Amino acid sequence: MHIPDGFIDGKTAAVTGGLSATAVGLALRHIKHELPARRVPLLGLAAAFLFAAQMVNFPVAGGTSGHLVGGVLVAALLGPGAAVVVVTAVLIVQCFLFADGGVMALGANIFNMGVLDGVGGYFIYRLVCAALPGPRGRVTAVAFAGWCATVIAAISCAGQLAWSGTVPWSLAFPAMAGVHMLIGIGEGLISALVYVAIQRTRPELIPESNLPAQPQKRGELIGYGLLAALGVAIFIAPFACSWPDGLEAVAGRLGFEHRVAAPIISAPAPNYQMPGIHWAVGATAMAGALGSLVVCALAWLLGRFLVTEEKGKLPPA
Amino acid sequence: MDSLLGHHHSHSESPIHRMPAIVKLGVAFGIIIVTVLMPIEQTGWFVGAGALLVSVALLSRLPLLFLAKRILVLSPFVLGVAVLNAFEPSARGTWVGVAVKSAICLLTVILVSNTTPFSKILHVLKMVRVPGLLITTIALMHRYLFVLADEAERMRRARASRTFARGRRFQWRTLSSVVGQLFVRASERAERIYDAMCARGWK
Repeated sequence: MHIPDGFIDGKTAAVTGGLSATAVGLALRHIKHELPARRVPLLGLAAAFLFAAQMVNFPVAGGTSGHLVGGVLVAALLGPGAAVVVVTAVLIVQCFLFADGGVMALGANIFNMGVLDGVGGYFIYRLVCAALPGPRGRVTAVAFAGWCATVIAAISCAGQLAWSGTVPWSLAFPAMAGVHMLIGIGEGLISALVYVAIQRTRPELIPESNLPAQPQKRGELIGYGLLAALGVAIFIAPFACSWPDGLEAVAGRLGFEHRVAAPIISAPAPNYQMPGIHWAVGATAMAGALGSLVVCALAWLLGRFLVTEEKGKLPPA
Repeated sequence: MDSLLGHHHSHSESPIHRMPAIVKLGVAFGIIIVTVLMPIEQTGWFVGAGALLVSVALLSRLPLLFLAKRILVLSPFVLGVAVLNAFEPSARGTWVGVAVKSAICLLTVILVSNTTPFSKILHVLKMVRVPGLLITTIALMHRYLFVLADEAERMRRARASRTFARGRRFQWRTLSSVVGQLFVRASERAERIYDAMCARGWK
Protein backbone atom coordinates (compact mmCIF):
# COMPACT_ATOMS: atom_id res chain seq x y z
CA MET A 1 0.00 0.00 0.00
CA HIS A 2 3.07 2.25 -0.19
CA ILE A 3 2.11 4.96 -2.67
CA PRO A 4 5.11 5.96 -4.82
CA ASP A 5 5.82 9.47 -6.06
CA GLY A 6 3.88 10.63 -9.08
CA PHE A 7 0.63 8.97 -8.04
CA ILE A 8 -0.38 11.82 -5.78
CA ASP A 9 -0.79 15.36 -7.08
CA GLY A 10 0.17 18.59 -5.33
CA LYS A 11 -3.07 19.34 -3.50
CA THR A 12 -3.43 15.80 -2.16
CA ALA A 13 0.21 15.76 -1.06
CA ALA A 14 -0.22 19.09 0.72
CA VAL A 15 -3.44 18.08 2.51
CA THR A 16 -2.19 14.64 3.58
CA GLY A 17 1.15 16.14 4.59
CA GLY A 18 -0.60 18.68 6.80
CA LEU A 19 -2.84 16.08 8.41
CA SER A 20 0.03 13.67 9.03
CA ALA A 21 2.36 16.34 10.39
CA THR A 22 -0.35 17.39 12.85
CA ALA A 23 -0.95 13.81 13.92
CA VAL A 24 2.75 13.06 14.37
CA GLY A 25 3.23 16.31 16.27
CA LEU A 26 0.33 15.43 18.59
CA ALA A 27 1.72 11.95 19.12
CA LEU A 28 5.25 13.18 19.87
CA ARG A 29 4.00 15.80 22.31
CA HIS A 30 1.88 13.22 24.03
CA ILE A 31 4.68 10.68 24.28
CA LYS A 32 6.99 13.28 25.76
CA HIS A 33 4.48 13.87 28.57
CA GLU A 34 3.29 10.32 29.12
CA LEU A 35 6.00 7.86 28.23
CA PRO A 36 8.58 7.13 30.94
CA ALA A 37 12.17 7.74 29.81
CA ARG A 38 12.81 4.02 30.22
CA ARG A 39 10.48 3.28 27.33
CA VAL A 40 11.99 5.73 24.83
CA PRO A 41 14.41 3.20 23.28
CA LEU A 42 11.47 0.83 22.96
CA LEU A 43 10.01 3.09 20.25
CA GLY A 44 13.06 2.61 18.05
CA LEU A 45 13.25 -1.09 18.78
CA ALA A 46 9.53 -1.49 18.10
CA ALA A 47 10.08 0.19 14.73
CA ALA A 48 12.95 -2.19 13.97
CA PHE A 49 10.74 -5.08 15.15
CA LEU A 50 7.92 -3.99 12.83
CA PHE A 51 10.33 -3.84 9.91
CA ALA A 52 11.78 -7.27 10.66
CA ALA A 53 8.33 -8.75 11.29
CA GLN A 54 7.19 -7.55 7.87
CA MET A 55 9.89 -9.74 6.35
CA VAL A 56 8.56 -12.97 7.87
CA ASN A 57 6.44 -14.52 5.14
CA PHE A 58 3.34 -16.52 5.97
CA PRO A 59 2.46 -19.14 3.34
CA VAL A 60 -0.91 -18.61 1.64
CA ALA A 61 -2.45 -20.90 -0.97
CA GLY A 62 -0.67 -21.59 -4.24
CA GLY A 63 2.90 -20.60 -3.43
CA THR A 64 2.01 -17.01 -2.59
CA SER A 65 2.73 -15.57 0.80
CA GLY A 66 1.62 -12.64 2.88
CA HIS A 67 3.13 -10.67 5.71
CA LEU A 68 2.10 -8.61 8.71
CA VAL A 69 1.54 -4.86 8.30
CA GLY A 70 1.28 -4.42 12.02
CA GLY A 71 -0.10 -0.95 12.73
CA VAL A 72 -2.91 -2.36 14.84
CA LEU A 73 -0.65 -4.85 16.62
CA VAL A 74 1.77 -2.10 17.64
CA ALA A 75 -1.11 0.13 18.71
CA ALA A 76 -2.56 -2.67 20.85
CA LEU A 77 0.85 -3.35 22.43
CA LEU A 78 2.15 0.20 22.91
CA GLY A 79 -0.83 2.56 22.59
CA PRO A 80 -1.99 4.79 19.72
CA GLY A 81 0.52 7.64 20.09
CA ALA A 82 3.49 5.28 20.09
CA ALA A 83 2.00 3.46 17.10
CA VAL A 84 1.89 6.67 15.05
CA VAL A 85 5.55 7.43 15.85
CA VAL A 86 6.69 3.85 15.22
CA VAL A 87 4.90 3.53 11.89
CA THR A 88 6.14 6.98 10.85
CA ALA A 89 9.73 5.96 11.61
CA VAL A 90 9.30 2.76 9.60
CA LEU A 91 7.85 4.67 6.65
CA ILE A 92 10.59 7.33 6.71
CA VAL A 93 13.32 4.68 6.73
CA GLN A 94 11.58 2.71 3.97
CA CYS A 95 11.27 5.91 1.95
CA PHE A 96 14.82 7.26 2.31
CA LEU A 97 16.79 4.04 2.66
CA PHE A 98 14.91 1.63 0.43
CA ALA A 99 13.00 4.03 -1.84
CA ASP A 100 9.80 2.19 -0.90
CA GLY A 101 7.01 4.76 -0.95
CA GLY A 102 7.46 8.25 -2.34
CA VAL A 103 8.88 11.37 -0.73
CA MET A 104 5.94 13.56 -1.76
CA ALA A 105 3.58 10.71 -0.92
CA LEU A 106 5.07 10.29 2.56
CA GLY A 107 2.24 12.31 4.09
CA ALA A 108 -0.38 10.15 2.40
CA ASN A 109 1.39 6.96 3.44
CA ILE A 110 1.74 8.11 7.06
CA PHE A 111 -1.92 9.08 7.07
CA ASN A 112 -3.13 5.74 5.69
CA MET A 113 -0.83 3.38 7.54
CA GLY A 114 -0.02 5.31 10.71
CA VAL A 115 -3.08 7.39 11.49
CA LEU A 116 -5.91 5.36 9.93
CA ASP A 117 -4.42 1.88 10.34
CA GLY A 118 -2.80 2.48 13.74
CA VAL A 119 -5.12 4.93 15.47
CA GLY A 120 -8.29 3.97 13.62
CA GLY A 121 -7.55 0.34 14.37
CA TYR A 122 -6.90 1.21 18.01
CA PHE A 123 -10.34 2.84 18.24
CA ILE A 124 -12.00 -0.32 16.96
CA TYR A 125 -9.80 -2.42 19.27
CA ARG A 126 -10.91 -0.41 22.30
CA LEU A 127 -14.57 -0.52 21.26
CA VAL A 128 -14.54 -4.31 20.92
CA CYS A 129 -12.57 -4.62 24.18
CA ALA A 130 -15.25 -2.62 25.94
CA ALA A 131 -17.96 -4.84 24.48
CA LEU A 132 -16.18 -8.13 25.19
CA PRO A 133 -14.09 -7.94 28.36
CA GLY A 134 -11.40 -10.47 29.24
CA PRO A 135 -8.44 -11.94 27.33
CA ARG A 136 -10.75 -13.66 24.87
CA GLY A 137 -12.32 -10.34 24.00
CA ARG A 138 -8.91 -8.76 23.47
CA VAL A 139 -7.89 -11.42 20.94
CA THR A 140 -11.20 -10.91 19.13
CA ALA A 141 -10.60 -7.17 19.21
CA VAL A 142 -7.09 -7.43 17.73
CA ALA A 143 -8.29 -9.70 14.92
CA PHE A 144 -11.31 -7.59 14.04
CA ALA A 145 -9.46 -4.28 14.31
CA GLY A 146 -6.67 -5.68 12.10
CA TRP A 147 -9.18 -6.46 9.36
CA CYS A 148 -11.13 -3.20 9.63
CA ALA A 149 -8.04 -1.01 9.72
CA THR A 150 -6.56 -2.67 6.64
CA VAL A 151 -9.77 -2.11 4.68
CA ILE A 152 -10.17 1.49 5.89
CA ALA A 153 -6.57 2.35 4.98
CA ALA A 154 -7.05 0.79 1.52
CA ILE A 155 -10.25 2.78 0.92
CA SER A 156 -8.50 5.98 1.95
CA CYS A 157 -5.64 5.14 -0.40
CA ALA A 158 -8.15 4.64 -3.22
CA GLY A 159 -9.74 7.99 -2.33
CA GLN A 160 -6.38 9.77 -2.51
CA LEU A 161 -5.56 8.20 -5.88
CA ALA A 162 -8.97 9.19 -7.20
CA TRP A 163 -8.69 12.73 -5.83
CA SER A 164 -5.31 13.07 -7.56
CA GLY A 165 -6.93 11.95 -10.83
CA THR A 166 -4.61 8.94 -11.16
CA VAL A 167 -7.23 6.19 -11.09
CA PRO A 168 -10.99 6.81 -11.31
CA TRP A 169 -12.83 6.11 -8.06
CA SER A 170 -15.19 3.66 -9.78
CA LEU A 171 -12.14 1.43 -10.44
CA ALA A 172 -9.91 2.20 -7.50
CA PHE A 173 -12.51 1.65 -4.79
CA PRO A 174 -13.72 -1.85 -5.77
CA ALA A 175 -10.17 -3.01 -6.56
CA MET A 176 -8.46 -1.68 -3.43
CA ALA A 177 -11.30 -2.48 -1.04
CA GLY A 178 -11.92 -5.90 -2.57
CA VAL A 179 -8.30 -7.03 -2.47
CA HIS A 180 -7.74 -5.66 1.01
CA MET A 181 -10.85 -7.35 2.37
CA LEU A 182 -8.95 -10.57 1.63
CA ILE A 183 -5.54 -9.31 2.76
CA GLY A 184 -7.17 -7.99 5.93
CA ILE A 185 -8.22 -11.52 6.93
CA GLY A 186 -4.57 -12.55 6.95
CA GLU A 187 -3.59 -9.39 8.78
CA GLY A 188 -6.22 -9.92 11.48
CA LEU A 189 -5.30 -13.58 11.86
CA ILE A 190 -1.54 -12.94 12.11
CA SER A 191 -2.03 -10.02 14.52
CA ALA A 192 -4.20 -12.16 16.78
CA LEU A 193 -1.78 -15.12 16.68
CA VAL A 194 1.22 -12.90 17.48
CA TYR A 195 -0.75 -11.19 20.25
CA VAL A 196 -1.61 -14.58 21.78
CA ALA A 197 2.02 -15.71 21.46
CA ILE A 198 3.22 -12.63 23.37
CA GLN A 199 0.46 -13.01 25.94
CA ARG A 200 1.56 -16.58 26.52
CA THR A 201 5.29 -15.95 26.94
CA ARG A 202 5.46 -12.48 28.46
CA PRO A 203 2.01 -11.39 29.64
CA GLU A 204 3.49 -8.42 31.51
CA LEU A 205 4.44 -6.80 28.19
CA ILE A 206 0.78 -6.43 27.28
CA PRO A 207 -0.71 -3.29 28.79
CA GLU A 208 -3.72 -4.91 30.41
CA SER A 209 -3.63 -2.47 33.28
CA ASN A 210 -4.41 0.56 31.12
CA LEU A 211 -7.37 -0.99 29.39
CA PRO A 212 -10.01 0.34 31.79
CA ALA A 213 -11.12 3.89 31.11
CA GLN A 214 -8.21 6.32 31.01
CA PRO A 215 -9.63 9.78 31.36
CA GLN A 216 -6.28 11.48 30.73
CA LYS A 217 -6.02 9.83 27.34
CA ARG A 218 -9.43 10.88 26.16
CA GLY A 219 -8.20 14.21 24.83
CA GLU A 220 -5.51 12.49 22.82
CA LEU A 221 -8.01 10.06 21.30
CA ILE A 222 -10.42 12.86 20.43
CA GLY A 223 -7.60 14.72 18.68
CA TYR A 224 -6.66 11.73 16.54
CA GLY A 225 -10.31 10.96 15.92
CA LEU A 226 -10.91 14.44 14.56
CA LEU A 227 -7.88 14.19 12.26
CA ALA A 228 -8.91 10.78 10.96
CA ALA A 229 -12.49 11.94 10.41
CA LEU A 230 -11.27 15.04 8.59
CA GLY A 231 -9.15 12.91 6.26
CA VAL A 232 -11.99 10.51 5.57
CA ALA A 233 -14.29 13.44 4.88
CA ILE A 234 -11.82 14.86 2.37
CA PHE A 235 -10.74 11.66 0.59
CA ILE A 236 -13.80 9.43 0.69
CA ALA A 237 -16.92 11.49 1.22
CA PRO A 238 -16.88 13.35 -2.13
CA PHE A 239 -16.93 10.03 -3.94
CA ALA A 240 -19.51 8.49 -1.67
CA CYS A 241 -22.02 11.00 -3.02
CA SER A 242 -21.71 9.51 -6.50
CA TRP A 243 -22.47 6.00 -5.31
CA PRO A 244 -25.17 4.30 -7.35
CA ASP A 245 -28.21 6.51 -7.56
CA GLY A 246 -28.02 7.53 -3.90
CA LEU A 247 -28.05 11.27 -4.42
CA GLU A 248 -29.80 11.14 -7.77
CA ALA A 249 -32.67 9.06 -6.42
CA VAL A 250 -33.13 11.52 -3.58
CA ALA A 251 -32.95 14.40 -6.01
CA GLY A 252 -35.55 12.77 -8.23
CA ARG A 253 -37.85 12.05 -5.34
CA LEU A 254 -37.59 15.57 -4.03
CA GLY A 255 -38.23 16.91 -7.51
CA PHE A 256 -35.22 19.13 -7.93
CA GLU A 257 -33.46 17.16 -10.64
CA HIS A 258 -34.13 19.95 -13.13
CA ARG A 259 -31.90 22.16 -11.02
CA VAL A 260 -28.92 19.86 -11.41
CA ALA A 261 -29.75 19.20 -15.05
CA ALA A 262 -27.78 22.18 -16.35
CA PRO A 263 -24.33 21.14 -15.09
CA ILE A 264 -24.91 17.59 -16.27
CA ILE A 265 -25.58 18.76 -19.80
CA SER A 266 -22.57 21.05 -19.84
CA ALA A 267 -20.30 18.25 -18.65
CA PRO A 268 -21.74 14.91 -19.63
CA ALA A 269 -18.52 12.91 -19.49
CA PRO A 270 -17.81 12.84 -15.75
CA ASN A 271 -21.31 11.73 -14.97
CA TYR A 272 -21.26 8.89 -17.43
CA GLN A 273 -19.95 5.58 -16.23
CA MET A 274 -20.33 2.05 -17.43
CA PRO A 275 -23.27 0.44 -15.61
CA GLY A 276 -21.11 -2.55 -14.72
CA ILE A 277 -18.55 -0.37 -12.98
CA HIS A 278 -21.25 1.62 -11.31
CA TRP A 279 -22.62 -1.59 -9.97
CA ALA A 280 -19.16 -2.68 -8.79
CA VAL A 281 -18.84 0.31 -6.48
CA GLY A 282 -22.19 -0.38 -4.84
CA ALA A 283 -21.53 -4.10 -4.66
CA THR A 284 -18.16 -3.52 -3.02
CA ALA A 285 -19.71 -1.24 -0.44
CA MET A 286 -22.38 -3.87 0.28
CA ALA A 287 -19.78 -6.63 0.46
CA GLY A 288 -17.78 -4.51 2.88
CA ALA A 289 -20.73 -4.04 5.18
CA LEU A 290 -21.61 -7.74 5.10
CA GLY A 291 -17.96 -8.73 5.30
CA SER A 292 -17.37 -6.74 8.46
CA LEU A 293 -20.19 -8.65 10.16
CA VAL A 294 -18.83 -11.99 9.00
CA VAL A 295 -15.27 -11.10 10.02
CA CYS A 296 -16.50 -9.91 13.41
CA ALA A 297 -18.11 -13.31 13.98
CA LEU A 298 -14.97 -15.09 12.75
CA ALA A 299 -12.79 -12.98 15.04
CA TRP A 300 -15.00 -13.89 17.97
CA LEU A 301 -14.69 -17.58 17.12
CA LEU A 302 -10.92 -17.18 16.78
CA GLY A 303 -10.74 -15.56 20.20
CA ARG A 304 -12.75 -18.40 21.70
CA PHE A 305 -10.66 -21.02 19.98
CA LEU A 306 -7.25 -19.58 20.82
CA VAL A 307 -7.93 -18.69 24.41
CA THR A 308 -9.81 -21.83 25.49
CA GLU A 309 -7.05 -23.90 24.05
CA GLU A 310 -4.58 -21.97 26.13
CA LYS A 311 -6.55 -22.63 29.29
CA GLY A 312 -6.65 -26.33 28.51
CA LYS A 313 -2.93 -26.59 27.93
CA LEU A 314 -1.72 -24.17 30.59
CA PRO A 315 1.32 -22.27 29.39
CA PRO A 316 4.67 -22.87 31.11
CA ALA A 317 4.90 -20.68 34.18
CA MET B 1 18.35 -11.39 3.25
CA ASP B 2 20.77 -9.23 1.33
CA SER B 3 18.60 -9.26 -1.74
CA LEU B 4 15.61 -8.12 0.31
CA LEU B 5 17.45 -5.34 2.04
CA GLY B 6 19.19 -4.80 -1.30
CA HIS B 7 21.56 -1.96 -0.76
CA HIS B 8 24.76 -1.18 -2.44
CA HIS B 9 27.36 -1.05 0.31
CA SER B 10 30.14 0.04 -1.93
CA HIS B 11 33.01 1.92 -0.44
CA SER B 12 33.73 3.33 -3.84
CA GLU B 13 34.38 7.02 -3.86
CA SER B 14 33.05 9.38 -6.46
CA PRO B 15 32.34 13.11 -6.69
CA ILE B 16 28.70 12.26 -5.99
CA HIS B 17 29.58 10.34 -2.81
CA ARG B 18 31.68 13.24 -1.55
CA MET B 19 29.06 15.92 -2.16
CA PRO B 20 27.55 17.34 1.07
CA ALA B 21 24.41 15.46 2.07
CA ILE B 22 22.33 18.59 2.44
CA VAL B 23 23.02 19.62 -1.17
CA LYS B 24 22.12 16.17 -2.47
CA LEU B 25 18.92 16.00 -0.45
CA GLY B 26 17.95 19.54 -1.38
CA VAL B 27 18.45 18.97 -5.09
CA ALA B 28 16.67 15.61 -4.92
CA PHE B 29 13.73 17.14 -3.07
CA GLY B 30 13.54 19.93 -5.64
CA ILE B 31 13.58 17.48 -8.55
CA ILE B 32 10.84 15.38 -6.95
CA ILE B 33 8.56 18.34 -6.19
CA VAL B 34 8.87 19.82 -9.68
CA THR B 35 8.44 16.40 -11.31
CA VAL B 36 5.27 15.69 -9.37
CA LEU B 37 3.75 19.11 -9.99
CA MET B 38 4.79 19.46 -13.66
CA PRO B 39 2.06 18.55 -16.17
CA ILE B 40 3.18 15.64 -18.32
CA GLU B 41 2.86 17.70 -21.52
CA GLN B 42 6.08 19.55 -20.60
CA THR B 43 8.27 16.82 -22.04
CA GLY B 44 11.34 19.06 -21.88
CA TRP B 45 11.55 18.88 -18.09
CA PHE B 46 11.16 15.11 -17.96
CA VAL B 47 13.78 14.50 -20.63
CA GLY B 48 16.14 16.95 -18.91
CA ALA B 49 15.63 15.42 -15.47
CA GLY B 50 16.08 11.94 -16.89
CA ALA B 51 19.33 12.94 -18.60
CA LEU B 52 20.61 14.60 -15.41
CA LEU B 53 19.84 11.51 -13.34
CA VAL B 54 21.48 9.16 -15.82
CA SER B 55 24.63 11.28 -15.88
CA VAL B 56 24.66 11.35 -12.05
CA ALA B 57 24.27 7.56 -12.07
CA LEU B 58 27.24 7.25 -14.41
CA LEU B 59 29.34 9.68 -12.34
CA SER B 60 28.54 7.87 -9.09
CA ARG B 61 29.91 4.59 -10.54
CA LEU B 62 27.01 2.57 -9.15
CA PRO B 63 26.51 -0.61 -11.20
CA LEU B 64 23.80 0.15 -13.75
CA LEU B 65 22.35 -3.35 -13.58
CA PHE B 66 21.86 -2.90 -9.84
CA LEU B 67 19.98 0.39 -10.42
CA ALA B 68 17.78 -1.14 -13.11
CA LYS B 69 16.90 -4.06 -10.82
CA ARG B 70 16.03 -1.72 -7.97
CA ILE B 71 13.64 0.24 -10.19
CA LEU B 72 11.95 -2.92 -11.44
CA VAL B 73 11.59 -4.39 -7.94
CA LEU B 74 9.89 -1.23 -6.71
CA SER B 75 7.39 -0.89 -9.53
CA PRO B 76 4.55 -3.32 -8.63
CA PHE B 77 2.37 -0.32 -7.80
CA VAL B 78 2.87 1.07 -11.32
CA LEU B 79 1.89 -2.29 -12.80
CA GLY B 80 -1.16 -2.51 -10.53
CA VAL B 81 -2.41 0.87 -11.67
CA ALA B 82 -1.69 -0.07 -15.27
CA VAL B 83 -3.90 -3.15 -14.93
CA LEU B 84 -6.64 -1.05 -13.33
CA ASN B 85 -6.47 1.57 -16.06
CA ALA B 86 -6.68 -1.09 -18.76
CA PHE B 87 -10.41 -1.13 -18.02
CA GLU B 88 -10.67 2.58 -18.74
CA PRO B 89 -9.33 3.42 -22.21
CA SER B 90 -9.44 7.18 -21.62
CA ALA B 91 -7.09 6.91 -18.64
CA ARG B 92 -4.22 5.32 -20.53
CA GLY B 93 -2.55 8.67 -21.15
CA THR B 94 -2.62 9.42 -17.42
CA TRP B 95 -0.92 6.14 -16.73
CA VAL B 96 2.05 6.88 -18.99
CA GLY B 97 2.49 10.20 -17.22
CA VAL B 98 2.31 8.58 -13.82
CA ALA B 99 4.79 5.87 -14.80
CA VAL B 100 7.32 8.42 -16.11
CA LYS B 101 6.96 10.62 -13.03
CA SER B 102 7.30 7.76 -10.57
CA ALA B 103 10.33 6.33 -12.42
CA ILE B 104 12.14 9.68 -12.23
CA CYS B 105 11.33 10.15 -8.53
CA LEU B 106 12.32 6.57 -7.77
CA LEU B 107 15.66 6.91 -9.53
CA THR B 108 16.32 10.17 -7.64
CA VAL B 109 15.73 8.57 -4.24
CA ILE B 110 17.72 5.44 -5.14
CA LEU B 111 20.69 7.53 -6.26
CA VAL B 112 20.66 9.66 -3.10
CA SER B 113 20.18 6.74 -0.71
CA ASN B 114 22.97 4.72 -2.31
CA THR B 115 25.54 7.51 -2.30
CA THR B 116 24.79 8.98 1.14
CA PRO B 117 25.30 7.25 4.52
CA PHE B 118 22.05 7.14 6.46
CA SER B 119 23.60 8.94 9.43
CA LYS B 120 24.23 11.95 7.17
CA ILE B 121 20.59 11.92 6.06
CA LEU B 122 19.57 11.91 9.74
CA HIS B 123 21.89 14.83 10.33
CA VAL B 124 20.11 16.80 7.61
CA LEU B 125 16.72 15.89 9.10
CA LYS B 126 17.99 17.27 12.42
CA MET B 127 19.09 20.46 10.69
CA VAL B 128 15.63 21.02 9.20
CA ARG B 129 14.13 20.77 12.71
CA VAL B 130 12.52 17.35 12.63
CA PRO B 131 11.61 16.67 16.31
CA GLY B 132 14.40 15.04 18.32
CA LEU B 133 12.31 12.17 19.63
CA LEU B 134 11.43 11.12 16.09
CA ILE B 135 15.12 11.30 15.07
CA THR B 136 16.16 9.21 18.09
CA THR B 137 13.53 6.65 17.15
CA ILE B 138 14.65 6.55 13.53
CA ALA B 139 18.34 6.35 14.49
CA LEU B 140 17.71 3.47 16.90
CA MET B 141 15.53 1.76 14.34
CA HIS B 142 18.21 2.02 11.70
CA ARG B 143 20.84 0.71 14.12
CA TYR B 144 18.85 -2.39 15.13
CA LEU B 145 17.00 -3.01 11.88
CA PHE B 146 19.60 -5.40 10.54
CA VAL B 147 20.19 -6.99 13.95
CA LEU B 148 16.51 -7.86 14.35
CA ALA B 149 16.12 -8.91 10.73
CA ASP B 150 19.02 -11.33 11.23
CA GLU B 151 17.49 -12.53 14.47
CA ALA B 152 14.17 -13.18 12.74
CA GLU B 153 15.94 -15.04 9.97
CA ARG B 154 17.87 -17.18 12.50
CA MET B 155 14.67 -18.07 14.36
CA ARG B 156 12.92 -18.88 11.12
CA ARG B 157 15.78 -21.12 10.02
CA ALA B 158 15.91 -22.86 13.42
CA ARG B 159 12.20 -23.50 13.14
CA ALA B 160 12.47 -24.78 9.58
CA SER B 161 15.30 -27.18 10.46
CA ARG B 162 13.30 -28.74 13.28
CA THR B 163 9.91 -29.20 11.60
CA PHE B 164 9.47 -31.03 8.36
CA ALA B 165 6.50 -30.17 6.19
CA ARG B 166 3.49 -30.11 8.42
CA GLY B 167 0.19 -28.44 7.75
CA ARG B 168 -0.12 -24.77 6.90
CA ARG B 169 -2.01 -24.18 10.12
CA PHE B 170 0.96 -25.40 12.11
CA GLN B 171 3.28 -23.14 10.11
CA TRP B 172 1.15 -20.11 10.87
CA ARG B 173 1.19 -20.91 14.58
CA THR B 174 4.96 -21.32 14.70
CA LEU B 175 5.67 -18.32 12.48
CA SER B 176 3.49 -16.10 14.63
CA SER B 177 5.28 -17.29 17.74
CA VAL B 178 8.53 -16.38 15.97
CA VAL B 179 7.16 -12.87 15.44
CA GLY B 180 5.89 -12.71 19.01
CA GLN B 181 9.28 -13.84 20.30
CA LEU B 182 10.88 -11.18 18.13
CA PHE B 183 8.81 -8.53 19.90
CA VAL B 184 9.77 -9.95 23.30
CA ARG B 185 13.45 -9.89 22.37
CA ALA B 186 13.14 -6.38 20.94
CA SER B 187 11.64 -5.05 24.17
CA GLU B 188 14.26 -6.84 26.30
CA ARG B 189 16.95 -5.34 24.13
CA ALA B 190 15.34 -1.92 24.56
CA GLU B 191 15.67 -2.28 28.34
CA ARG B 192 19.34 -3.15 28.05
CA ILE B 193 19.92 -0.27 25.65
CA TYR B 194 18.29 2.12 28.09
CA ASP B 195 20.58 0.93 30.89
CA ALA B 196 23.58 1.27 28.60
CA MET B 197 22.50 4.77 27.58
CA CYS B 198 22.10 5.82 31.22
CA ALA B 199 25.49 4.30 32.10
CA ARG B 200 27.02 6.56 29.47
CA GLY B 201 25.37 9.65 30.82
CA TRP B 202 22.36 9.99 28.51
CA LYS B 203 19.71 12.37 29.70
